[in-house]
Amino acid sequence: MAQQEILRLDEDYVRKYGFYDTLKPVFETGKGLSRRVVEEISYQKGEPKWMRDFRLQAYEIFLAKPMPTWGPDLSKLNFDEIVYYIKPTDRRGRSWDEVPEDIKRTFDRLGIPEWERKFLAGVGAQYDSEVIYHNLARQWEEKGVIFVDTDTAVREYPDLVREYFGTIIPPHDNKFAALNSAVWSGGSFVYVPAGVHVEIPLQAYFRINAKNAGQFERTLIIAEEGSFVHYVEGCTAPVYAESALHSAVVEIIVKPGARVRYTTIQNWSKDVYNLVTKRAVAYRDAVMEWVDGNIGSGVTMKYPSVFLMEPGARGEILSVAFAGDGQHQDTGGKVIHAAPFTSSRITSKSISKGTGRASYRGLVQVLEGAHHSKCNVECDALLLDEQAKTDTYPYIEINEKEVTIGHEARVSKVSEEQLFYLQSRGLKKDEALTLIVSGFIEPLAKQLPMEYAVELNRLIELEMEGSVG
Amino acid sequence: MNEKKPLLEVRNLWVKLPDEEAFILRGLGLTIYAGEVHALMGPNGSGKSTLAKVLAGHPGYEITEGEVRFNGENLLEMEPDERARAGLFLAFQYPMEVPGVTIANFLRLAYQRRFQKEVKYTEFYKILLQHLKRLEMDASFAARPVNEGFSGGEKKRFEIVQMSLLEPLLAVLDETDSGLDIDALKIVSNGVNAMRSPERAFLVITHYQRILNYITPDFVHVMMEGRIVRSGDAQLALMLEEKGYDWVRSELVEAGV
Repeated sequence: MAQQEILRLDEDYVRKYGFYDTLKPVFETGKGLSRRVVEEISYQKGEPKWMRDFRLQAYEIFLAKPMPTWGPDLSKLNFDEIVYYIKPTDRRGRSWDEVPEDIKRTFDRLGIPEWERKFLAGVGAQYDSEVIYHNLARQWEEKGVIFVDTDTAVREYPDLVREYFGTIIPPHDNKFAALNSAVWSGGSFVYVPAGVHVEIPLQAYFRINAKNAGQFERTLIIAEEGSFVHYVEGCTAPVYAESALHSAVVEIIVKPGARVRYTTIQNWSKDVYNLVTKRAVAYRDAVMEWVDGNIGSGVTMKYPSVFLMEPGARGEILSVAFAGDGQHQDTGGKVIHAAPFTSSRITSKSISKGTGRASYRGLVQVLEGAHHSKCNVECDALLLDEQAKTDTYPYIEINEKEVTIGHEARVSKVSEEQLFYLQSRGLKKDEALTLIVSGFIEPLAKQLPMEYAVELNRLIELEMEGSVG
Repeated sequence: MNEKKPLLEVRNLWVKLPDEEAFILRGLGLTIYAGEVHALMGPNGSGKSTLAKVLAGHPGYEITEGEVRFNGENLLEMEPDERARAGLFLAFQYPMEVPGVTIANFLRLAYQRRFQKEVKYTEFYKILLQHLKRLEMDASFAARPVNEGFSGGEKKRFEIVQMSLLEPLLAVLDETDSGLDIDALKIVSNGVNAMRSPERAFLVITHYQRILNYITPDFVHVMMEGRIVRSGDAQLALMLEEKGYDWVRSELVEAGV
């Protein structure tokens, strides 16, 4: 692991992800948001009236909702400076050959086609506002699995989309959900028929290329009874001095006996505001698992949630956050026990370094009637140096008597003794630190498919390089 | 007979904690040549463990005076990892746990640093197994997190596994014998004895004479109040066992030290 050349993270991010194409988009709305911009997006997409109305209604809600006053500082986020819709190309490929050369180069550099060949059932790639490539292996297609971008889904599967779209996260849920509902573009639509197990992951890759761009993808996953799917997303962006906004909405429906795992490895550049709403509903004996890794972005606000609707439903949220210099990772999870005999577990691991701040924010709610609910919350924070910060906001609301709720929070500092022990065996100080950090996130890394675990470790290593002054 | 240069030479070493007045090491001197085994004995609080940690480069101490040369180099100017790579090894009195980090991953890195060469994981695994076996530790330890959930004895044995793997020039064993039952003590001692060679030296820090029944020292030193007050051969350890430290203390008083 330590044989790689030692590089400063910032420099390496620029080299590996920070490049940008000078591609001229075929259409963009220009900076700022208005009713006309929302209409224009809908027009460009040739949408049915119901979606256009949904957007416009959401836009009104967005205007009416105040900015959240809790959580990280969003005062520097200027809605007028964001470009809400950028269409990079007219074409959408099913094979990499069809993808425009410039964009293909981007994803080649990021290694996406190679990953697809090796170990993915399907891949989607979004570039600024539009998905430019989507492919699902034939064997899954034959079983009735649908994996397309959400715009295509609106056209080709209107009934399915209309039945679920916006039902899990309605526009009035929060200001950023409203914003997404108004200007959404791209994202994935996944439908897994009853009993079908998609054994290898589907992956979506999100890339912001343009300056000041907003990316507002919208993902909807429906897992029918007894099915299984693992969906993975990765995100990067070039480094600009001006801020970009990523505000996604992800809705997931897990029908009885089904299981959905949703994994995110987020590595946005540090000028990206990452304000995302993710929610799943799980029915009888269904299992929903969120695995959420936040390494990049300047500010993240993300609390994947699970609503446990029927007996036997289970929710798992595993969150890891790395807050380096200047970053504020405000992450956690939310579980609503709405039925008896439901269970959940939230595990949060955060690492703060330099001026970084990692906050755990979580809500566990047991509604009346949800007796015999079980929930366990565990938060572990690791501080790498004196100025690094961590805080915990665990909210627990219980309206039922016979429930089992556990909460544990730990803050640890990398101890001098531990470092000394590893150094005394010949490891350099930053190698020793990296090893301690990789050990700290190991419980999460081992939940990931091998390739993603390697990727996560590599990202953490990059964050750690040069961390010892 | 000692025409060659010493492996370790400690001269007039004064050490204290940064925010305290009192010195823990008070002008300590010690010379060790390659091939020798030295035992360092002394009552609690005499500064034995401090010496061990200062030699290994623990950052928590302030060295106000003195000189330490290791294999011709100025040891006090080296980082802990540089000392390790130069061939100094400390078997810790209280080995640290490193959650989530497997022994194999950790020691592969250590091995690569010590010998300055890359080694493939599969190849290293074979090497590691030999050393585990030597200390009668099960192969399954390779995949376990470093020291986590180990018994006291397992931790100590694992220290010697690391020593065996890293082939130091000088191994400092800080109370490796304490907390070991007699079987474990034999295994650990055998591990040390198997490594004795003309190129290698040992500094065995202990409270008790017991381990010296298995590892025969060339020299025994008694430490009190931060310096070595008496040195001798293996017989000295036996006398200490018999008469206790008060005997040395009273001798010192008589001698007017």
